[in-house]
Amino acid sequence: MTDEGSTGAQVTGAQSLIKSLEHAGVENIFGIPGGAILPAYDPLYDSKVRHILVRHEQGAGHAAQGYAVATGRVGVCMATSGPGATNLVTPIADAYMDSVPMVAITGQVPAAAIGTDAFQEADIRGITMPITKHNFLVTDPAEIPRTVAEAFYLASTGRPGPVLVDVAKSALQAMTSFDWPTELNLPGYRPVARPHSKQIREATKLILEARKPVLYVGGGVIRARASKELRVLAEMTGIPVVTTLMARGAFPDSHPQHLGMPGMHGTVAAVAGLQKSDLIISLGARFDDRVTGNLDSFAPGAKVIHADIDPAEIGKNRVVDVPIVGDCREVIADLIVALQAEQDAGTTGDYEGWVKFVAGLKARYPLSYDTPAEGLAPQYVLERLGRIAGPEAIYCAGVGQHQMWATHYVGFENPQTWINSGGAGTMGFAVPAAMGAKVGRPDTTVWAIDGDGCFQMTNQELATCTIEGIPIKVAVINNESLGMVRQWQTLFYNERYSNTDLQSKRVPDFVKLADAYGAIGLSCESPADVDATIQKAMEIDDVPVVVDFRVNRDAMVWPMVAAGTSNDDIKYARDLAPDFEEDEL
Amino acid sequence: MSVHTLSVLVENKPGVLARIAGLFSRRGFNIDSLAVGPTEHPEISRMTIVVNVEESPLEQVTKQLNKLVEVIKIVELEDREAIERELLLVKVKADVDTRSQVLDVVQLFKARVVDVATDAITLEVTGNSDKLTDFLKVLEPFGIRELVQSGLVAIGRGGRSITERTLRPVPVPVTAFGA
Repeated sequence: MTDEGSTGAQVTGAQSLIKSLEHAGVENIFGIPGGAILPAYDPLYDSKVRHILVRHEQGAGHAAQGYAVATGRVGVCMATSGPGATNLVTPIADAYMDSVPMVAITGQVPAAAIGTDAFQEADIRGITMPITKHNFLVTDPAEIPRTVAEAFYLASTGRPGPVLVDVAKSALQAMTSFDWPTELNLPGYRPVARPHSKQIREATKLILEARKPVLYVGGGVIRARASKELRVLAEMTGIPVVTTLMARGAFPDSHPQHLGMPGMHGTVAAVAGLQKSDLIISLGARFDDRVTGNLDSFAPGAKVIHADIDPAEIGKNRVVDVPIVGDCREVIADLIVALQAEQDAGTTGDYEGWVKFVAGLKARYPLSYDTPAEGLAPQYVLERLGRIAGPEAIYCAGVGQHQMWATHYVGFENPQTWINSGGAGTMGFAVPAAMGAKVGRPDTTVWAIDGDGCFQMTNQELATCTIEGIPIKVAVINNESLGMVRQWQTLFYNERYSNTDLQSKRVPDFVKLADAYGAIGLSCESPADVDATIQKAMEIDDVPVVVDFRVNRDAMVWPMVAAGTSNDDIKYARDLAPDFEEDEL
Repeated sequence: MSVHTLSVLVENKPGVLARIAGLFSRRGFNIDSLAVGPTEHPEISRMTIVVNVEESPLEQVTKQLNKLVEVIKIVELEDREAIERELLLVKVKADVDTRSQVLDVVQLFKARVVDVATDAITLEVTGNSDKLTDFLKVLEPFGIRELVQSGLVAIGRGGRSITERTLRPVPVPVTAFGA
C-alpha cells in the first residue's frame, strides 16, 4: 500500500482488504487472480505482502497449509469466484481434517448477481460450510476489516482450522472507510485453553494408579508447540510414548521411550502399547479409525484420560474416564506440576514390568523390510534420505505407501518437520505443501517425498518454485503404480491389479519433466547410487531438484492391521503375526 | 431412541439456519422438529430443536452445535421443567349436518374457528404434541382436508431467562493473530 495503514481513510473495498491482511500480519499469499477477485490484485501489486502466483488453486491451498504447519502461523491463499474457489475445496477440507490454521480469500460475483447463476458464480460459502471452522460472505465493504480480523482470530485460536472469506466484487469496488478493529466480540466462540484443576488432579491419580500407561500423542501437541513439555512429562514418569501420523516429530524417534507410530501401519510396539495398556493418556489425539482399528476391540483394558482443546473430540469415539478440555501445552505443564508434587512427596507410578514388556516388543519386532535381490527398496531410499538430509530438514509427503515408508524410515527428532495429509488423505499434497513450507522456512532444507501417482497430480507447482525462487527438493518414489491401492489388490483382491498400473517408469520421463520446469532432474535405480544422488540433490540450492527413485514395485508397507479388523490381528510382515503370549506380563 | 428438546440461541445472521441443518444432516443426527424465531434481543434468534437420539449422541449433538461460531448457548429443556407448544391449522369437512358436532370438538379442545366455508371449517389449536394428536384423532371421522403444523416451541418454567447473561460481551483484543 502506498499510504500508511492508518484507520478511517477513504479507500476502495479492495484496498481495505489488502490493508486488513497487512494489519493481520500477513507476509505471504499463495493465489491466482481472476475476474471477481481482480480488484484486490491491484492494491496487492503495491503491497509489501508477497503474492506467490501458483499454477492451480489447489496448489495455493496446500502451499498455505505447508506454510502454516512449518511456521505455526496462519497460511493464506486467494482465488477468484466459481472454479477458482471450488479448486480450493480440497485443501480447505484437508486443513479442516488436520486442524491447520488457514485463511482462504475468494472473490464472489457482484452482490446484485449473487443467486442468478452468473458467470463464474459458485456458492462457495455454502459449499465450504461443512469443511471450514467458519466462513463469511462479505457484501458490505465496511465489514471487510472486522471480517478479516475475525477470520484470522478464528483460524489461529482454539482448535486451529480453515476460515473462508468470500468477498463480493461489488464490495471490493465500492468506496469505504478503513477501520481496523481494536477488539472483537464473538459471543459464541470462547475456546478454553486452561485445563480444569480438578481434572488434572483426577488424571494425576489415574496416572499414579496405572501399571501399564501409555502417552498417546496426537497432532494437537504439534499445534500447541508442546514438544518440550511432552518430553519432560515422559522422562519424569518413564511412561512409553506413541506418536500418531499427525504427531511425528513431537517426540524424538531416537528416544528409548518412543514406541513409534500406532495404527493401521503402526509399529508392533506402538500398536500393542495401546492395545495392552491399562491407561491411555491421550494428548491432542482423536481416536481416529486408522489408529483404533475395530473400535469395539481397541485397548479393551484401558482407562482413558483424553485431553483436547476441542470438547467435541472428547468421548466422540471412545468412552473417557477423565476428560480434560484445554490446550495441550497447558495440560501437560499442569500434569508435570501435579506429578512433580507427588514425586516430591515420594509417590511415583510403578511401570517397571510394563516398560520392560514394551521394550521387549520394540526389540523383537523392529521396523524391517526385505532387500530385494534386484532393484531398489523404497524403504532404503527413505532411510538414507533421512540420514543424509538429517532431522533438521522438513519432510512433506503425499498419501500412500511412500507416506508410510517416510513416516517410518526418515527418523523424526523435531516438531514441525513432518508435513502430510493425515485425515483427508489428499494425494498430491507434497509438492505444493513443500513449496509453502520452504517459503515459510527459507533457510531449511525442504524435501517433498512423493509417489509417482501423487506427483502427477500437482507437479505443475514446480513452475512456481522455479520462477519464484523456492528451491524445494522432490524425491519421487516411483514404483510405477498407485502403490497402496495395488498393495490392497495384492492382499485382498487376488492380485487383480485393476487400474493401478501407471507405467511411470516409461511415461512421463520425470527427469525431462523436471528439466522442462527449469528444475534439475536426477534419476536413481540402484542402491549403490542412492547416497551420491541424495548428496548431489543436497548440494543444489538455487533451483528445485526432482529425483526419480525408480524402486521395486512389489514392496509393501508393513506392519499392517487390515481395515476394520482388531489391532490384535496386526501382521508385521505378510502372514506373520507377532507372538504376544511369550511376552505377556 | 429418546427425544430431547434443545433451545439454541444463535446470532441472527444469514446462513445460520443452513449451518445448523447441515450439521445435523452430515453428522447423522435426526431432527423431529425445528422452529426459529426472534427473541427479545434483535441480534439473537432462538431455535427450538427436537432431536431424536440415544443418550450418548445427544452430548455429541450439543458439542458439535457449540462448535458453530454463531451458536451462543444451548439449553436442554426437560419435559417437566418446560412449557411446550405446537400450533396446528386444520381444514375439516363440515356441512350443515356435521358442523355442530365439529364445534363440540372445538370447544372440548379449546380450539378456535378461524374460517368457515359451506363445506368445510378451518380450526386453530395449540398445545403439546399429545393434545394435537388427540385432536386430530377425534376430527378424523369428519374428514381432514388439509393440515399444517408448526415446529415445537418451548420455554422453561420459573423466573429465570436463558437469554440473560448471554449478551454480556467478552471482547477479545485484536493483536497479531500469527499470520
